[in-house]
Amino acid sequence: MPPTKPWRQRDAVRTGVVSILVNKETAVVVQGLTGRQGSFHAKQCLEYGTRLVAGVTPGRGGEKCLGLPVYASTHDAVRATGATVSMIYVPAPFAADAILEAADAGVELVVCITEGIPVLDMVRVKAALKDYDCRLIGPNCPGVITPGESKIGIMPGFIHQPGRVGIISRSGTLTYEAVFQTTNNGLGQTTSVGIGGDPVRGMGFIDCLELFERDDATEGIIMVGEIGGTDEEAAARYIKERVTKPVVAYVAGVTAPPGKRMGHAGAIISGGEGSAATKFAALEAAGVTTVHSPAELGSAMLAQLKA
Amino acid sequence: MNLHEYQAKQLFARFGIPVPSGEVAESPRAARQAADRLGGSVWIVKAQIHAGGRGKGGGVKLAHSLDEVQAAAAGMLGVRLVTKQTGSAGLPVNQVYVEAGSEIEKELYLSLLVDRAHERVTFVASAAGGMDIEEVAATTPEKIFTVSVNPAAGLQAYQSRILAAALSLDKEQRRQFVALTAKLYALFCECDAGLVEINPLIVSKSGQILALDAKVNIDDNALFRQPGLVAMRDPTQEDDMERSASEHDLSYVSLDGNIACMVNGAGLAMATMDLIKLRGGEPANFLDVGGGATPERVAEAFKLLLSNRQIGAILVNIFGGIVRCDLIAEGIVSAIRDVKVSVPVIVRLEGTNVEQGRALLAKSGLDIVTAEDLTDAADKAVAAA
Repeated sequence: MPPTKPWRQRDAVRTGVVSILVNKETAVVVQGLTGRQGSFHAKQCLEYGTRLVAGVTPGRGGEKCLGLPVYASTHDAVRATGATVSMIYVPAPFAADAILEAADAGVELVVCITEGIPVLDMVRVKAALKDYDCRLIGPNCPGVITPGESKIGIMPGFIHQPGRVGIISRSGTLTYEAVFQTTNNGLGQTTSVGIGGDPVRGMGFIDCLELFERDDATEGIIMVGEIGGTDEEAAARYIKERVTKPVVAYVAGVTAPPGKRMGHAGAIISGGEGSAATKFAALEAAGVTTVHSPAELGSAMLAQLKA
Repeated sequence: MNLHEYQAKQLFARFGIPVPSGEVAESPRAARQAADRLGGSVWIVKAQIHAGGRGKGGGVKLAHSLDEVQAAAAGMLGVRLVTKQTGSAGLPVNQVYVEAGSEIEKELYLSLLVDRAHERVTFVASAAGGMDIEEVAATTPEKIFTVSVNPAAGLQAYQSRILAAALSLDKEQRRQFVALTAKLYALFCECDAGLVEINPLIVSKSGQILALDAKVNIDDNALFRQPGLVAMRDPTQEDDMERSASEHDLSYVSLDGNIACMVNGAGLAMATMDLIKLRGGEPANFLDVGGGATPERVAEAFKLLLSNRQIGAILVNIFGGIVRCDLIAEGIVSAIRDVKVSVPVIVRLEGTNVEQGRALLAKSGLDIVTAEDLTDAADKAVAAA
């Protein structure tokens, strides 16, 4: 474990001005803990050192799972434990309800791993979330990790290493590539955020760029985009105006045919919008270092930080 | 999931959205009888496929007699219709839709979709109907009008009036348009649509607003709560390999190249395709075996890839996170033995237990090329294919 950095404690999630979203103090409840996916991944998080404090499964309040108390509602769990983050593994048909329950229970960050939530559910969730001071990561994402401190999600913990680079990505395994490369070349990561592959989702590139720009420990930012939507273009404009730290970006899907959904619900070129070429062009025009091979994310970042 | 035009128009009718009268037919004789029942002196015969561009592809014919209806249907049914949206193989025409002809005063464009940037259901309208709307948006964006709907409040009449005014509709047409948009919004929400597009939406000579075409796409993620719509699925319109992949919970998209890929994770799968292209090859497909790939899924994926006769090599790229590489390697070895793989297989494994995984591949005695990293894997696949 790395030595605790005093600024991380000062920037605890509770203050609302966090720069890295989660740290070793972060207390987490798990909605859907007693399910197969939920218990499998929660066990890995516990082994990593994440401070999981409770589970939530309606109708199963009072039970124990992985040694954690299970509550019937997120409100009960938050009241009893003071948790500030909820990690959601609830099946897609019930996930919108779970996200809003977490927000209503007063958590500050919801990390929704669930894949396959109907897009209209997310449209309603996003509108309703405006009533709360609550961030959402996901859905359909690997989660968020601050290496050596807190892993909230399904990413393999061992490939991470505490360090200097912030990572933001729409794709799970491609996030791992970026993480692995920056671990191998010694840069390490401050925090890695998988923002997810759905068309309507919580935090976007810009939200994360803003946090990484403010975070003293983050020296450079790797951004992994993919086809679909215009978030990369918007991020490019934001970087040009507001981001002083070096950014290295890659966009997946140069060879993807228009009109086809490439695995992720959000990865589709439609209505003449969302191609990798336009995203690369926008990022390059904003002065971002782009790589056209995902194998070069780590080396490009290293070159930037040495320069 | 896409619906056929005739299915979309049935939905429209159920929601009270005006459409010309029409009937679906599966034989030339049935098409003739349908036209006879519809009456009138002009009919449109439209091939039912899941793709646009039908008019230019010969899939929409005007008929002035019952004989012409029958002949038009005979020319379409049973053939594979090629349009600029279908690819060179085309799509099979198993039904035609026979519709009473409409006298068109004005052609408009109207669609409803989820605007990702605003995270809202949004109407898109234009007076430039009947044309390729993407081209209109690119060349004359001032002709495109949009309004976004607050999901809690729902569509408000003033929003429809704003669009009606932008489309220069008269007072009576505005009334019809406001009613139509409200019904369309209800359909979109109740059916979990991803896209509803009417191009053209017409004003007839008699002043009536009608949906002359109808394109409806349903959000795949919502099919679990739309059993009635799932029943409308037409597998004949789907790529054989894509369909068989989805039956095994694999995400697959056919491409034209000769290097097959098998990858875990959608982003990494796209990145692998891109890297093949970047290193001078052509990817044959997108295939995501899932973040939690198991040996069984790997075996299914091999079978699927090998059913494509055009492939010259298979590139397997697995980043084992939660899944252990040794398990994946076992899956690869047993799949290659069972399925009798006849083309070179290049494997790049990384992640948990990668050493054990590589050792398993090496001592299998099978002709498996192991790659050091992503770039090496792509280079070896390009060389082998």
